[in-house]
Amino acid sequence: MTGDELCIPIFKRLRQDGTLYPVEESQVQGEPSQDASPIERDTALRIYRTMLFTRVLDERMLAAQRQGRLSFYMQCTGEEATVIGSAAALQDDDMIMAQYREQGALAWRGFSCDEFMNQMFGNERDYGKGRQMPIHYGSRDLHYMTISSPLATQIPQATGYAYGQKLAGKGQCTITIFGEGAASEGDFHAALNMASVHRVPCIFLCRNNGYAISTPSCEQFAADGIAPRAFGYHMQSIRVDGNDVIAVYEATLAARKIAVETHQPVLIEAMTYRLAAHSSSDDPSGYRSKKEEAIWRDKDPILRMRNWLEAQGWWSEEEEKATGDQLRREVLESMKRAEKLAPPALDTLISDVYDTPTPLLTQQLEDVKQHIRKYPHAYPKGAASMGFTSQELEDSRKVYQERHQRVDGGQTS
Amino acid sequence: MNMLQAINNALNIAMAANPRVVLFGEDVGVFGGVFRATSHLQDKYGRERCFNTPLTEQGIIGFANGLAAQGSTPVAEIQFADYIFPAFDQIVNEAAKFRYRSGDLFDVGGLTIRTPYGGGIAGGLYHSQSPEAYFAHTPGLKIVIPRNPHQAKGLLLAAIRDPNPVLFMEPKRLYRASVGEVPEADYELPLGVADVIREGRDITLLGWGAQMEVIEKAAALAEQDGIDCEIIDLRSILPWDIETVCDSVLKTGRLVVSHEAPLTGGFASEIAATVQERCFLYLEAPIRRVTGLDTPFPLVLEKEHLPDELKIYEAIKQSLNY
Ligand SMILES: Cc1ncc(C[n+]2csc(CCOP(=O)(O)OP(=O)(O)O)c2C)c(N)n1
Repeated sequence: MTGDELCIPIFKRLRQDGTLYPVEESQVQGEPSQDASPIERDTALRIYRTMLFTRVLDERMLAAQRQGRLSFYMQCTGEEATVIGSAAALQDDDMIMAQYREQGALAWRGFSCDEFMNQMFGNERDYGKGRQMPIHYGSRDLHYMTISSPLATQIPQATGYAYGQKLAGKGQCTITIFGEGAASEGDFHAALNMASVHRVPCIFLCRNNGYAISTPSCEQFAADGIAPRAFGYHMQSIRVDGNDVIAVYEATLAARKIAVETHQPVLIEAMTYRLAAHSSSDDPSGYRSKKEEAIWRDKDPILRMRNWLEAQGWWSEEEEKATGDQLRREVLESMKRAEKLAPPALDTLISDVYDTPTPLLTQQLEDVKQHIRKYPHAYPKGAASMGFTSQELEDSRKVYQERHQRVDGGQTS
Repeated sequence: MNMLQAINNALNIAMAANPRVVLFGEDVGVFGGVFRATSHLQDKYGRERCFNTPLTEQGIIGFANGLAAQGSTPVAEIQFADYIFPAFDQIVNEAAKFRYRSGDLFDVGGLTIRTPYGGGIAGGLYHSQSPEAYFAHTPGLKIVIPRNPHQAKGLLLAAIRDPNPVLFMEPKRLYRASVGEVPEADYELPLGVADVIREGRDITLLGWGAQMEVIEKAAALAEQDGIDCEIIDLRSILPWDIETVCDSVLKTGRLVVSHEAPLTGGFASEIAATVQERCFLYLEAPIRRVTGLDTPFPLVLEKEHLPDELKIYEAIKQSLNY
């Protein structure tokens, strides 16, 4: 077989201009079908607002990173339809086990702007207690597993989680989201194999966005993408246009039905594109062309959905502008609030390592505190948590500098 | 030259000198690695000798083991030491035991694994780990950690040419921060030999990699109290230079060992136990370990967690006042 023969088709519903592809009958006449609305109005508008929110969040947070207010950020720009469209097709208590570029799924579930900010600024209200880099969100209430940086580790965990859901018998499923790069890890293959052997209600959603940092997908795999791998694991799969919110939504609805009703895992491959840089530390101009990016900018999933909504008469220029302004204000105000909050308490250094700190950990924290009492200026965050005032830090700095004048000026080898 | 340039320079020399040296890992090709350690090498030596791999650490090291067994000289990059664990089995059960289990019929001596390690870069728990102790428990491996560009070049060249698998851990906090004179020529620094950076009478300070900078600052603080520190950079964690360290402790009678990794089971424990066995009657004070806490690496409270010059300085004073 040649590569062409292997090429599995892409499920599409929405054209860039906002018209629907013809359904079977209308295809014969070559006429687009405009009658039935595949997503009902309220859901569609909520999806769209969530897409706008993540776009605004991405823009503002990248800017904040550039201003040095935030240490790091990762955008989902270009992939909103995949992430939010799939989340919208799930039940709210289905589990989401994501990779890191899925802020849209969390926003869909109702994670507030303040909650996003608290995590990113690692302040005292961050659920993760300031331990992880920005964007490693998690929410127990919203059934969104806390992100772990080591790639693909969540995929076999999703298989296990879904098996537990099957045992619990409440009709829930798990969706795990990952990149086409992460699908090269051994964990991916182990996860699919176990899922099909043990028949778990799990949806494996691959965001095939063309790149893993600088590595293009053609250097990631020689085969026709990720979807055909399901065949080897005796699993159903579908490839969808990841910039087409309707196609993603419908595919996920169908996958959920299969997963929950027949306890069969399903693999979805969403063909999309990472329009932004990999992260705020990356510069894509070193490995891909402006021309390629421009082609994909023309396929913007948000614009595509907007065109559709406007054609339905559900959205207008004025609403677009008002919503954008309101979201930008909300994000900025929330950011200012989060920046002002205190860092996590010093005791969080040793909490959650075990259910309760061991005697050795308690001792180590005591030692750290005693050390900070001696040199509070050198540990401003810990000192603040211990109640030192900024005046006391200043005094400590002065004493230190007087004692160690020569050292501070001179340098070592 | 900074440390990245020194590493790049060493790789370039190794590839030019030996056509069997092959470089690979995630993003090392066109992009030159996320830290740019392999910049321009694909241009120079072609895609067959410098290439991107799929995103699979176990795949990378398994592939490297096979390639080394075949007689090539693979230099595999693991993007962050935090992500070396998927390859743990291929390193500790395969690379390290290849020669032993085959009675020397086969070996993967050509293998070098490069990986950035360590904290102080606001990387949180998954971009800051120092996993040397896990690997130090593995006979058959060598583990090497440079502290500056000159060492990085000489030790990396020696690692690539060493007939044993070597794990070469690069202190990423120093990649651009550490700058120094580096000879253009091809040179090697010996593996398994510690470097006495500074001689002193009163106490021995021992560390490796990024921690050396901190230790030197602590020594400068102690000097103001009239304490004369001997400073040793271990450079090789496995095998480690027991002679040099013990000779120093026999002279000074005091030892402080510092590393970023957690205290329990850290490599300082191994050193302390060995020194205690060999130098017991010469010790004037208990051996002190200044290390990271026994917790995963934090983000916001990184400073509080890490061993810094003030914590080491306090340990020095405690040792002297014992
Ligand atoms: C086990 C592991 N190896 C390497 C990394 C470093 N890393 C972070 S993101 C990334 C690329 C991931 O690409 P992909 O899965 O395609 O997702 P995308 O970023 O394109 O959304 C790499 C190599 C990591 N986080 N974990």
